[in-house]
Amino acid sequence: MSAERLQDLLVRGLDGDSQAYRVFLSDLTGYLRSYLMRRLSSLPDDVEDLVQESLLAIHNKRHTYDRTQPLAAWVYAIARYKLVDFLRGRAIRDSLNTPLDEEDGFFASSNTDAAEARQDIMKLLDQLPEKQRMPIIHTKLDGLSVEEAAQKSGMSESALKVGVHRGMKALAAMVGEKR
Amino acid sequence: MRTNDLIDMLATGASLEQAGDPWRRLVYAIGSGALVSTILMVKAIPVNPDITNAIQLAAFWQKLGFAAAIAAVALLMVFRLSRPGVRLGNVFPALMVPILAIWIVAGIALATAEPEERASLFFGNTWKVCPFLITMLATPVFAASFWAMRDLAPTNLRLAGAAAGLFSGAVGAVVYCFHCPELEAPFIAFWYLLGILIPTVVGAVVGEKLLRW
Repeated sequence: MSAERLQDLLVRGLDGDSQAYRVFLSDLTGYLRSYLMRRLSSLPDDVEDLVQESLLAIHNKRHTYDRTQPLAAWVYAIARYKLVDFLRGRAIRDSLNTPLDEEDGFFASSNTDAAEARQDIMKLLDQLPEKQRMPIIHTKLDGLSVEEAAQKSGMSESALKVGVHRGMKALAAMVGEKR
Repeated sequence: MRTNDLIDMLATGASLEQAGDPWRRLVYAIGSGALVSTILMVKAIPVNPDITNAIQLAAFWQKLGFAAAIAAVALLMVFRLSRPGVRLGNVFPALMVPILAIWIVAGIALATAEPEERASLFFGNTWKVCPFLITMLATPVFAASFWAMRDLAPTNLRLAGAAAGLFSGAVGAVVYCFHCPELEAPFIAFWYLLGILIPTVVGAVVGEKLLRW
């Protein structure tokens, strides 16, 4: 039974088995994706973003999982919360903003030399808030591990991970590519 | 970022165990909130000078029991609503028990009283300040429960905010019992309940914003 297997993997993960935890997350991803695809069939471009949001939420809120509780109820409640939150935010954005299609299109066809790429990246990074920029510079450009980057920047590991995730998403949005 | 990269990032790290137990933090936060509101009561609106006599009366314990029962149910709601996928169970009927009980006692008291006494049973001497003082005493617990709940994962933000507000209002009322000289059930059934409901409504309104994660 896959629910029991996943639950077992999560429990082992919570006990410190990071290999089991990784398998848990990646197996769960498939279920999350299929749930969110069904619910977001009209917005297929946003499914993967929301899969990642849900994974991040599940990771950050793993201390609220009670081991005697059915895993499906817990995961479902989180995924559903993130879905509702996303749809609500989207509704608010749509009612407030005019579409930014033209600006998006401006960056979509960019074509820069490799030599200029790093410089451009730094320009984009400069637009990110500090708590997203530093995690990305440390982990993605300087190649530090999450642990080292956390020590260097004085952030907690989970805050650093959130920073990388949010920052990468913001960067992707800036260059006008989905995912 | 690709989803697999995110998974790699989440699954690596020094330790998967979180620093500190957020449930314990909720309990500490609520305890400190209640302590602050007790200090606030003692310093700002002192203890009822007649408290030693009051605590010998059944009516005092009826008042305290009413507020404490609501606090207990509300605390259960706070715990359940802070955990994704946990059912609320029969908390609403449970919540109605102390409220209906005090309403019945109040109804009997009003029905059996002489008509000219009814107003004083209902208004007492302090109806103008009672709901606001309860709300004031609820504030530290309100802030503490919201602060602690943000680390947990409420998924119904409006209801979770209302539950935290209800809990803080009921704790405020428990603390207020030691100041308040009123003992009549009709007074408790309306003015205490109103004092408890003010933070509840505030909690429902601000929950959506403050508890979002």
